Amino acid sequence: MRYIKLFTPALLTIAMAGFQPAVHAAGKVTYYCSAQEDWCQLMADGFEAKTGIKVNMTRKSSGETLAQLKAEADNPKGDVWWGGTGDPHMQAAEEGLTVAYESPARGELHDWAIAQAESAGNKTIGIYSGALGYGYNEEVLKANNLPEPACWKDLLKPEYKGHVQMANPNSSGTAYTTLATIVQLFGEEEGFEFMKGLHKNINQYTKSGSAPIKAAARGENTIGIVFMHDAVKQAASGFPIKVVAPCEGTGYEIGSMSLIKDARNAENAQKFYDWALSADVQSRSLEVKAFQVMSNTAAKSSPDAPDLDSIKLIDYDFAKYGSSAERKRLLKKWDDEVSNLPQ
Amino acid sequence: MIDTVSLADRQTDSPKHTVQIFNRTALLWLIVAIVAYSCVPWYMLEDGFWSMEWLDGYPFDTDYAPALFLIAQGEKLWLAPIGIAILLAIPAAFLNNTNRLYGWLLITAGAAGLIFLCAQGLSIGIRGWTADWITTLFGELGDRQFGMGYGALLTALALLFFLTTGLAARGAINGDAFVVGAVGFVIAIVTVFIFFPISDMLSSAVKNDDGLFSLTTFYEKFTHRKIWSLACIDGEQSCGVAWNSLFLAVLVGFFTTALGLVFALVATRSGVTQAKLLRPLTVLPIITPPFVIGLAIILLFGLSGTVTTFVADLLGIQPTRWIYGLPGIFIAQLLSFTPIAFLVLIGVVEGVSPAMEEASQTLRATRWHTFKTVSLPLMRPGLANAFLLGFIESMADFGNPLVLGGNYDVLSTEIFFSIVGAQNDQGRAAVLAIVLLLFTLTAFYAQRKWLGQKSYITKTGKGDSGQHTLLPKRILIPCWAIALTWATFTLTIYGMIIYGSFVELWGLNNTLTFKHYQSTFAIAFDENGWRLKGAAWDSFLTTIKIAAIAAPLTAIIGILTAFLLVRQNFFGKNTFEFGTMLSFAIPGTVIGVSYILAFNVPPIEITGTGVILIISFIFRNMPVGVRAGIASMSQLDKSLDEASLTLGASTWRTFTRVVLPLMKPAILAAMVFSFVRAMTAISAVIFLVSAEYNMATSYIIGRVENNDYGIAIAYSTVLIFVMLAIVCLMQLLTRQTRTRHVV
Repeated sequence: MRYIKLFTPALLTIAMAGFQPAVHAAGKVTYYCSAQEDWCQLMADGFEAKTGIKVNMTRKSSGETLAQLKAEADNPKGDVWWGGTGDPHMQAAEEGLTVAYESPARGELHDWAIAQAESAGNKTIGIYSGALGYGYNEEVLKANNLPEPACWKDLLKPEYKGHVQMANPNSSGTAYTTLATIVQLFGEEEGFEFMKGLHKNINQYTKSGSAPIKAAARGENTIGIVFMHDAVKQAASGFPIKVVAPCEGTGYEIGSMSLIKDARNAENAQKFYDWALSADVQSRSLEVKAFQVMSNTAAKSSPDAPDLDSIKLIDYDFAKYGSSAERKRLLKKWDDEVSNLPQ
Repeated sequence: MIDTVSLADRQTDSPKHTVQIFNRTALLWLIVAIVAYSCVPWYMLEDGFWSMEWLDGYPFDTDYAPALFLIAQGEKLWLAPIGIAILLAIPAAFLNNTNRLYGWLLITAGAAGLIFLCAQGLSIGIRGWTADWITTLFGELGDRQFGMGYGALLTALALLFFLTTGLAARGAINGDAFVVGAVGFVIAIVTVFIFFPISDMLSSAVKNDDGLFSLTTFYEKFTHRKIWSLACIDGEQSCGVAWNSLFLAVLVGFFTTALGLVFALVATRSGVTQAKLLRPLTVLPIITPPFVIGLAIILLFGLSGTVTTFVADLLGIQPTRWIYGLPGIFIAQLLSFTPIAFLVLIGVVEGVSPAMEEASQTLRATRWHTFKTVSLPLMRPGLANAFLLGFIESMADFGNPLVLGGNYDVLSTEIFFSIVGAQNDQGRAAVLAIVLLLFTLTAFYAQRKWLGQKSYITKTGKGDSGQHTLLPKRILIPCWAIALTWATFTLTIYGMIIYGSFVELWGLNNTLTFKHYQSTFAIAFDENGWRLKGAAWDSFLTTIKIAAIAAPLTAIIGILTAFLLVRQNFFGKNTFEFGTMLSFAIPGTVIGVSYILAFNVPPIEITGTGVILIISFIFRNMPVGVRAGIASMSQLDKSLDEASLTLGASTWRTFTRVVLPLMKPAILAAMVFSFVRAMTAISAVIFLVSAEYNMATSYIIGRVENNDYGIAIAYSTVLIFVMLAIVCLMQLLTRQTRTRHVV
């Protein structure tokens, strides 16, 4: 017992010291971030330095964040959700988890960002965009004596059997964008024929969206279907990755930002929102090797970034393919007709 | 705390009780209740209690006010009946505890107060009434309330002890107030932190998309082809996740048990004393952060792995991705869980009494025959336990399948991705969790069945001396071969992990560097003095702090529960035991999700705090504390307790003065184990971390996701060494206490 007697006061001291939140003069803002860790940190530090408002940041993937927003719907803990692919943001808007807001910085944005915001009733806004494509590991390709692919349909060739990787559309937003892109590009019937053909060449459906290109970078895979900026990032980190913009054209994502409904620090969240849309802040994405195209027209982009003007982009229907009903229908069809075919 | 009403006192009806004008136990809890109700802020404070910001405006500001002040101002009137319940208990403090009225007053006050406290907490939330049918019944409330704070917590505790003290006075469990109180307390916390969130989560299995009760939805999801399909037997398609998990778990359970037995035999019966050196291997899986073994295996056996490319070059074949899928998960889990089986079996192998074996040999049996017909059957409980542990660990494992799974889906990862993935289907997650629970609970049941009612006791305390017979040669040689190969393999893996943290980019650029350690754990000195500059410090310190708070609490609750289970007899003991062990069979992912769903809204609103992490660790690791406690308490002779009781000490006094000091090693072990587990846990934690309280493992996952293997491995290496230091320290401490006992 002496044992416990000794420990209890010590523990209480730790507990008391540990749970004393810092004093906040300029207030605080709780910020959910779904982009890469260093970019999230850069945004948090930047905002804190600029305004003196304390930023509480949590980094989670966009799917995890949406799950958290839903779980917290009755009692939201977060104020602003920044980053991550647009679909979960659209879904949050559809389910009334986020609120509409029109920022004064709106006039400086690209048309695609405005268009996406309008289709969600201004409950979300584009902060960056990136085109879908694929990347391959040059060394592994050479070692296997494979031709260099350039189009979507190239990936169906039998010699790529066991060399292609994409994420599972059931678990990854990136892969769902791929499915929706193929359906919009080739039409639903031919699109599903394409997915069936692709299925024969797939060596693994990964859980996370960017995993295929990371595996390719480490030489664990040959071709990975991902967003092109993810592939560029691996190339820029020194991995032998070559990035391909498919010749038939391709879809794209809009990384988004939303204000959470019934937020506790709504005013500070709006300040963050306006600040995050400014050109200066968006140009800083270069510091963390984020190769997306930023939504502010005046923001600088990396010379290595995939140039959206030279890529054939389809007219991606965010409202239709972002809706829960269409998503469920396509995923079920993919589950029933594609995923259970023999490989 | 709760002493006074001891068994001995009551039976002898000692005179000191008749002269006393008030009853200490009742008075103590009455004071707590009154203070909590009228002086402590009732609701949870947004800035935390310890910030003391609430002192400004206290006690009239309705956000900070105690219940009494709220009611006085005409606010939150539904708290009034709780106050009436407390008033009801006042007379009890002035009654003798043998008085019939004393017990009934306390029972009524406690039960009524608790029932009302729960009812108001569950039915009134931050948007008024929490369910439509209550609104229809009573009409709009037009008011709301937030989560319960310290005031409510202390009141609830006092009411609970009113009830248990009352029950004890009416004769429950021999009228022992301490035991009834402890049982009541453990039941209450297990109900609140295990049954409530889990049943809340599992109930979503029988809800359709509109949130309405629907058995057809459940049936559809439960019988889904993706769970139960057997297509892999004849075709090239994959089987359902349930079969995948089951097959893997049986395989892992079987092989970890076999390998563990081999190790245990070599360590104790090879006649080579150095074989004892195998023992330290047992701590490895406990101190290894998740993912690390998986990563090392990829870097060795992946498509571009060191071993794969070497073998492929040697044989002139094309390297393949064979490791992704069943083989990879199997190897990783075998590496991770074999030491656990070893730990279980070494005790059992040592425990088989040499006398039995000697008897067999005296009767002219050969060594081989003795081993086969005497030693091995006596190890059955150990083998069953080891298998069960391997089976459950494999079922619940999350990190290895995530990294190495390939297209081989298992339940634990499927549950995770049903919730966070694009499909976002909580009902499906609940259904999968039910399947997983069915498997683990069946395994528990089957183990009990298999062991049956046979006695495996060989140590009777009489004439146990003697030497274990050595193994027959035909077993010993293969055992040595297997054990050495496996030990070398394990050491290689860990060696590679350390090496990997020092190279630029493993596999591609093998230049040695300190870069990863610098970016994670750098300390800088500038004009402001020393500063922790590394990116990992924040999560590292949080992890240590949370683990340090959770560990002693886990040990205390675990040992207390063990004491109740071993030394006390009461109605419903089996159910009680099952309840405390339940959280061991529930995978962490399920716990994480159910916690975030259950504790994000009033009455208990703790998501985003450090408290939720601490609580999740306590209840995740409590079964281990309980088991350690039971094991060590079974070795303490009951006559020691009885002597203390007979000499007039209360149960509380006996527990703290006799039992606890004798169990110091078990308490220390439970503490270290829960500390280390708290540092390496991931599956529940991933849902519960927040901006302020980020944990090491979730930080590491972030780095792995980002392809920063160097940083992830460097951070893991640091964690491994920190935990190793802690475990060694514990070893030293327990050794000291042991020697002192002998002297």
